[in-house]
Amino acid sequence: MGFEGIGASVRRKEDARFLSGRGHYTDDINRPGQLYAFIKRSDRPHARIASLQTAQAAAAPGVVAVFTGQDMAADNVGGLPCGWQIHNKDGSPMAEPPHPVIAIGKVRHVGDPVAVVIAESRQAAKDAAELLEIEYDDLPAVATTLDALEPGAPTVHDDVAGNVCYDWHIGDKGTVDAAFARAAKVVKLELTNNRLVPNAMEPRAALGDFDTSSGDFTLYTTSQNPHVIRLLMGAFVLHIPENKLRVVAPDVGGGFGSKIYHYAEEAIVTWAAGKLRRPVKWTAERNESFMSDAHGRDHVSTAEMALDADGTFLALRVATIANMGAYLSTFAPCVPTYLYATLLAGVYKTPAIYAEVKAVFTNTVPVDAYRGAGRPEATYLLERLVDVIAHDTGMDRVEIRRKNFIPADAFPYQTPVALQYDSGNYEMTLKAALDAADFAGFEARRAAARAKGKLRGIGISTYLEACGIAPSAVVGSLGARAGLYEVANVKVHPTGSITVYTGTHSHGQGHETTFAQLISDQMGVPIDQIEVVHGDTSKIPFGMGTYGSRSLAVGGSAMVKAMDKIIAKGKKIAAHLMEAAVEDIEFDKGTFKVAGTDKSKTLTDISLAAYVPHNYPIEELEPGLDETAFYDPKNFTFPGGCHVCELEIDQETGVVEMVNFVAVDDVGRVINPMIVEGQVQGGVAQGIGQALLENAIYDSNGQLLSGSFMDYTMPRANDLVNISVGTEITLCTHNPLGVKGCGEVGAIGSPPAVMNAVIDALKEYGIRHIDMPATGAKLWEILQANRPKMAAE
Amino acid sequence: MYDFAYQKPASVADAVKLLGDDPDAKALAGGQTFIPVLKQRLAKPSTIVDLGKLDLRGITVGADTVTIGAMTTHAAVASSEELKAKIPGLQELASWIGDEAVRHRGTMGGSLANNDPAACYPSAALAMDATIKTDRREIKADDFFQGMFTTALEPNEIITSITFKVPQKSAYEKFRNPASRYAIVGVFVAQHANGVRLAITGAGQGGVFRHTAFEQALSSNFSPDAIAGIATPPDDLNGDIHASAEYRAHLINVVARRAVAKAR
Repeated sequence: MGFEGIGASVRRKEDARFLSGRGHYTDDINRPGQLYAFIKRSDRPHARIASLQTAQAAAAPGVVAVFTGQDMAADNVGGLPCGWQIHNKDGSPMAEPPHPVIAIGKVRHVGDPVAVVIAESRQAAKDAAELLEIEYDDLPAVATTLDALEPGAPTVHDDVAGNVCYDWHIGDKGTVDAAFARAAKVVKLELTNNRLVPNAMEPRAALGDFDTSSGDFTLYTTSQNPHVIRLLMGAFVLHIPENKLRVVAPDVGGGFGSKIYHYAEEAIVTWAAGKLRRPVKWTAERNESFMSDAHGRDHVSTAEMALDADGTFLALRVATIANMGAYLSTFAPCVPTYLYATLLAGVYKTPAIYAEVKAVFTNTVPVDAYRGAGRPEATYLLERLVDVIAHDTGMDRVEIRRKNFIPADAFPYQTPVALQYDSGNYEMTLKAALDAADFAGFEARRAAARAKGKLRGIGISTYLEACGIAPSAVVGSLGARAGLYEVANVKVHPTGSITVYTGTHSHGQGHETTFAQLISDQMGVPIDQIEVVHGDTSKIPFGMGTYGSRSLAVGGSAMVKAMDKIIAKGKKIAAHLMEAAVEDIEFDKGTFKVAGTDKSKTLTDISLAAYVPHNYPIEELEPGLDETAFYDPKNFTFPGGCHVCELEIDQETGVVEMVNFVAVDDVGRVINPMIVEGQVQGGVAQGIGQALLENAIYDSNGQLLSGSFMDYTMPRANDLVNISVGTEITLCTHNPLGVKGCGEVGAIGSPPAVMNAVIDALKEYGIRHIDMPATGAKLWEILQANRPKMAAE
Repeated sequence: MYDFAYQKPASVADAVKLLGDDPDAKALAGGQTFIPVLKQRLAKPSTIVDLGKLDLRGITVGADTVTIGAMTTHAAVASSEELKAKIPGLQELASWIGDEAVRHRGTMGGSLANNDPAACYPSAALAMDATIKTDRREIKADDFFQGMFTTALEPNEIITSITFKVPQKSAYEKFRNPASRYAIVGVFVAQHANGVRLAITGAGQGGVFRHTAFEQALSSNFSPDAIAGIATPPDDLNGDIHASAEYRAHLINVVARRAVAKAR
């Protein structure tokens, strides 16, 4: 066994099963007597259901049942709940229209469930679904973010006037307006953050099971947070108490946020299993994923910076319209507010910030958190704005950043938008990234590329994000309807092996390895004797799941707390066995020693004594070595860093070719450098995807044009380039590990670096801004439109 | 997919009969378009006649022609050293179709019979004045392609082989749809002793077409410069969310020049 504690690049324990096809996913689970559900979905963006006849479908061969929204409502099934309440500027609560599990009366987006057919086979269910007789009265639809606010726009929900879910703000408007009034210069930028489809490799699936003997329900589902699903579905939708409902999220093939939410299909299969007394399985087809997984991003914003004469930021004013889609997905309202506008200080000491956010309903798939969730939108806005400031003022884009950085000695730093940063060093990551990317030598490379007809550009992004979510009292005061602590149960078994039960969930992050390293480091047990268990509400005390780069900062900290309890108890046992005072027992990597002597006991000696308490302080200590801890974080964590992108544009076709990408991130203490590198590379790949390729396009009638991989451009390996990852760290000051989180930094920091590089490549064309994605077709049109101007100059 | 009957005949004659006896029967070659269509329930054939057992595979390289069996996979075309030496453009074209899995299933005959307007092979067939041999006749490529997803084939007619005239120089250049990787513009250029043939796929509303203006210019001067100034009107070209007709018109020139530059 080599070194496998904190800081070791241990190969991921879970990869052997994933890479050899032995992963165990929801669709791999089959229960005796299992039925199959097929969801008939609306092909209309907006329509009244004039008539829905199910008799023919119900009579088709193999069909066991057909259910509609009316059937579920009649059985007292509730609507899908929203987990976060935002308040309007005037203090009133946001509009929260009902979200029926299956549409009742109206359909509001293409993909909205209309009925479920349950049959002995998938084929039979699908065949029968074609016999459903549905008559729609089409209604005018509103498809785009901006169209939602047009006067006279169709309304998605009858009782939500003007399609406004909420009109929220943060910051001190008066101070900001005053700063703009005295500014030497104001730079304004309008920009959109393109809508994305998450496209996890594993499509969603759900299997409901009902035990006729005990009356217990079990839901197997592709979820990032099974306890949250149990809570939401049990309490609000199906009214099943926690003791009768088990939720299992086995191996899950990617989530990126899209598997956080409680989805209709989970409630449908669980409820139907109870009705039919048989297991019911649903597995999404890829085209269903496009129209039923929550989408991401989709903002339209105006940003203005007030500057003094030397380029110091005086105040930032932002107005954003955020698309919620047709219904509120579980955490949708918090994404464009508390996960977005609170990040608008970024790495800069802008003294005054005011942001207002209007969230709107449209006839599109619901939008919710997607890798980064709000922070990529804030970062993109800010880092594009800073480059535009450099463009408009003629100042150097690196120097203007340096001038406005929060200095390394200013922490803890209170921003004007609620957050207090605990640690960071933005100059350190900037310098490391510029050096690694040979930023200083770029102009020579630009000239060389020019000689072969390529427009080369380099772009930087100095970003910050808030993750490790989050202190329960803080988020509660901001509208969260849940706490955001995390839970760990550490069991040291009699012979010294360890099982740790975590409320976080791994769906690609490598928790089985990282957490084992963390336990190994503290407890001195080799990682192959440590099992990390997650994803089953019947095994794990409780947990809030994995999202917002929280697993290590919050879940890992809970493990540290649980281990502290184990060690404290172990010391008492060791003191008894070695006839020493507890105060004299020292613990280090698996060994309990009596200070100043050569007397010692191993962890195994102690665990054996704990479970076979023949010689044991039984009067004052319970047997066993099994401790649980709940950890509620004291603050968010604040990873940050610098991303540098170098690329070339083919002048003839407009196509961008990546040349180099450097990420230098401060993610706090690193447990496994190889996993951090992989996490950052994956995030950057998604960020490059957003910047250059991906775009969920609705036509003006609400049809999703990019509704399959034929038209939705996922980044492929040959669209990318080697992504060089470095870390330069400052420790988080408020969690026991000093960790910050690495899961989202890649997707947060990279899009503006790419776009800044694209626009830098077009320097001579006088381009100030281009919206994502910078496709070849779009850049070619820009080159065409600007070429005559160049010729005239 | 919907239920269907499945037949795997051992002879071309049997296959033709099965297809002829049942107007709702469909032939299955490599299935790389057809099976996704079936899975999405966009077609409801009564019977699928699998051509996989027919002896229609193989590459025969002659002095002036190359003949390829209709059921020869893209992977076989892409990996043929003999073909690479004779018609490098065709070998390269095959290596860029789909991905590894598609190339090991998809067939040349299937691609030509389907005549997807963004497929690669039709451009090679036109540019190399191919003869498409079927169970009953020979069809010149110039007569074979009759518009998007439309060919001269009769409903029960099966392609058995394709014979290409070996050019002196050839090349295929493809500007890919960033999402699907089909051709937004694909250009096959072939320099023959009696002149240049150049065919464009991916761009035309009517599917693959020969670019006669380019052909004339290149026939007298086989160099990229010869066509640099020749614009293609966008009127009959496709426009979609990935590329406007104007962009395609522009790309036709760029891609054609690049094809000519690398022809060998």
